[in-house]
Amino acid sequence: MSETGTTTETIGSVIVPAPGSKYERYARQPKRGINLEKWGWIYMRASGVLLAVLIFGHLFVNLVAGEGVKAIDFAFVAGKWADPFWIVWDLLLLWLALIHGANGMRTLVNDYATRKGLRVVLLGLIGLATVALLVLGTLVLTTFDPCLGATPATAAAIPQCAL
Amino acid sequence: MATKSAGTLTVDPPGAPPQPKKLGGTLYRGREGMWSWVLHRITGVAIFFFLLVHVLDTALVKVSPEAYDAVIGAYKTPIMGLGEIALVGAIGFHALNGLRIILIDFWSKGAKYQKTMFWSVIVLWVVLMAGFVPRQLMHIFGGDA
Repeated sequence: MSETGTTTETIGSVIVPAPGSKYERYARQPKRGINLEKWGWIYMRASGVLLAVLIFGHLFVNLVAGEGVKAIDFAFVAGKWADPFWIVWDLLLLWLALIHGANGMRTLVNDYATRKGLRVVLLGLIGLATVALLVLGTLVLTTFDPCLGATPATAAAIPQCAL
Repeated sequence: MATKSAGTLTVDPPGAPPQPKKLGGTLYRGREGMWSWVLHRITGVAIFFFLLVHVLDTALVKVSPEAYDAVIGAYKTPIMGLGEIALVGAIGFHALNGLRIILIDFWSKGAKYQKTMFWSVIVLWVVLMAGFVPRQLMHIFGGDA
């Protein structure tokens, strides 16, 4: 049995966090419904494989091909997003990466933020930032007008902007 | 014999006085497994914060072409150009080591070859950076050519 001041007790060969200790939140919960931690674990791996493909494609087209980072301006983005292929590519990147990153940050906060108040605040901020940026990014990608501010010279490169 | 050895893990026989713990020489601590885990966490956090900023700067395309061009211009300065090398380095490691983690979890021999796969990740990362860094330096320092 646990003595005063210890944080675990041993039942059989299993070490169990003592009730009321700061380790209690790691205790196994009774199984019921969907195991969200399991699906989070699966999501990190499934999205990770897709992200590896999506991000290397993204980096190659934006930083390596052509003039690299120097060529990136509004016209470059308009040229890409005039093609639905890149809108779908970037929508997938946005959703998969933000949720992957947010879940990773959640893991770190759970590991290192031992004070409950701090942990709740940090998890709330991660959730808030993630939802806000998913909404913003999705709206940007789905309502973008590649012909905005087009001049006859720049519009020539984008078929649907022909003046 | 004072201890039974299972691989590099030593097990004290029951009743023996506890041996002082060594820092190195365990299966995980201070070895490839630990450092890949540390690097995976650090690069993950760095990428997450960049991603937050990157969605915001890209959203400026909806404000005006001029606003977007002005802010994206900051990414073309030499200091940011070097920052992009660090970013690509972080993403490259996180992606390659992530695939290593998946292999450890799902490939029957994954755990056995985790050290070999760690050094494969490092080699592939060096090849990746050897391809990217000269190209990036050319873009940021190479003038208009």
